[in-house]
Amino acid sequence: MAEIRLDNVRKTFGKVVATRDVSLSIHDREFMVLLGPSGCGKTTLLRGIAGLDAIDAGRIFIGGQDVTDLPPRRRRIAMVFQSYAVFPHLTVFENIAFGLRMQHVADADLKKRVQSAAELLQIADLLQRYPAQVSGGQRQRVAVARAIAVQAEVLLMDEPLSNLDALLRLEMRAELKRLLKELNATVVYVTHDQVEALSLGDRIAVMKDGSILQCDTPLNVYDYPASDFVGGFIGNPPMNFLAGRVVTNGSGVRVQAGSVEFDPPAHLGPALRQETEAGIWLGIRAENIQASPAQADGALHGSVLVVEPLGSHNLLTVQVGNERVKVNTHADAVFQPGQSIWLRLAVDKIRWMRRDTGQALP
Amino acid sequence: MKPGARSRRLGRAGVYLLAILMALWVLVPIYLIGVAAFSEQQAIYQFPKPAIPRPFSTDTMAFFLQSRGVLDATKSSVIVALITLLVSMVIGAPAGYAIARFLFRGRDTFRILIVSTRAFPIVILSIPLAVTFIRWGFYDSVYSLALMHTALALPFTILITGSVFASVPKDLEEAAMTLGCNRAQAFLRVALPLALPGLAAATLFTFVLSWNEVFAAVILTVRNRTLPALVLTVLNESPLPYRFAGGFFLLLPSLVFMLFIRRYLFSLWGRVVK
Repeated sequence: MAEIRLDNVRKTFGKVVATRDVSLSIHDREFMVLLGPSGCGKTTLLRGIAGLDAIDAGRIFIGGQDVTDLPPRRRRIAMVFQSYAVFPHLTVFENIAFGLRMQHVADADLKKRVQSAAELLQIADLLQRYPAQVSGGQRQRVAVARAIAVQAEVLLMDEPLSNLDALLRLEMRAELKRLLKELNATVVYVTHDQVEALSLGDRIAVMKDGSILQCDTPLNVYDYPASDFVGGFIGNPPMNFLAGRVVTNGSGVRVQAGSVEFDPPAHLGPALRQETEAGIWLGIRAENIQASPAQADGALHGSVLVVEPLGSHNLLTVQVGNERVKVNTHADAVFQPGQSIWLRLAVDKIRWMRRDTGQALP
Repeated sequence: MKPGARSRRLGRAGVYLLAILMALWVLVPIYLIGVAAFSEQQAIYQFPKPAIPRPFSTDTMAFFLQSRGVLDATKSSVIVALITLLVSMVIGAPAGYAIARFLFRGRDTFRILIVSTRAFPIVILSIPLAVTFIRWGFYDSVYSLALMHTALALPFTILITGSVFASVPKDLEEAAMTLGCNRAQAFLRVALPLALPGLAAATLFTFVLSWNEVFAAVILTVRNRTLPALVLTVLNESPLPYRFAGGFFLLLPSLVFMLFIRRYLFSLWGRVVK
């Protein structure tokens, strides 16, 4: 059992606060992704869990044990570094065996475990080579094999795929997912790549400025972002945000955006009433907008700015009033720049957010 | 041919020409000394100089090595250099590691202080040191000279080992620590083997520095002269063959040092450690 609990973890570098009192619970055998732009504190948090940097305040528990003051080697963790950190003076075999040698594993057993780790990552034929004699992708595999060979209960990964080229990254991503499912380890995975986060994680913790903004399943984070930042950071293209005005009419509450009035879910009524002054954002994803060349009731009018054919679909950039909206259309739908267009928003997919704080309404 | 390519080609030729001239400036005297050192003693007065020593003879070298005091002085030189090398590595390498790895208060000041020890001319340091050593009954000994040489070598040792350790990525030691090493084990199993070629270079550099040092050696020793000190003191009254042979003999460690360093640095892990 290796659940991880972070209790108000704080780390500062001089005057810069890297993580501000972060609390997070990671279940046993969960795949948790820490996602955020560079400088958001995700790597700091991971290094804190690893014990490579001492934290300034808070406690860290692994498997119920307080490890805050323990060195890395006492934390039952293994780690894969962004730079791979494969030892250049040791063969691939000795690299993978390194952790086992430190544990004084008997020779026969050690050979078996190195072999099986190498086979899992398909580098069994490279064992006698030195790291300089294998490719970057293979070196990355060595780093992963080295980490899984010690069979730690917690596996920490710091942007392990970011140094691979695009094609290799895609391939390795799927392979990692398969591999880590078999391992039964608790995984904490740091990345700035939202696609990686969505595809790998059981849950994603989205970070910004040293705080966790939202921690939820990939689908929930994607469909129900907790704030405009999360909506804008996750998804490609990012979520669209339309300015809306709250219109009250007796007991009814409607939201007007452009020339169209929308009916928000009834339970949001009281919350929306308080935003009549500031106004709200209507967050909507590109695939939840239906584009039509013909005028339609309840559709926003705009004009096409850019058409980007992406093979599976076309991505349109549409000017609506003062805002630019990204819309996915069928690959065979023909729109021309400058053309008039009507956009119908799927009302049940709209995320309603306070315009002053960016927080989504519950 | 485009005019740009032409001028670039000319520029390249210029650079090569300059490099060749500079190399010749250094190599020709060394070569002539070498030729003279391995010619017969009378051949030294020949003109024009032969391109290769003919007949090849070790007479001149033997004459130098059998001269009075040379063997003893060589022994002193080696002892002084070895002590210098040992002590400055033992003190300097950890200091270099600290500078490379840790951010500590006053690190930059520390760095400047290290270099500033070289700001005092040896002349100014040597006389008071000689007086001090005489008072302590420590004068005219290879050990006191080794101490002086250590002081002279330390700044270089620290800075060189510092950059050697800095070239070993910190990640590697951290990876070792996540795999079960404590700090010392991570250093011994990962950082040290990777730094070894560079440390060897630093060691040899220290050796050569001490071997070549003459000023402090002249002031701090009388009977236990090191080789350069001995050669310097008898230079004016010694015959030409002695000077050539002595010069060549003194050059040897530096030549070996450079050849060895090249081979060591480029062939071992030079290409692996970025």
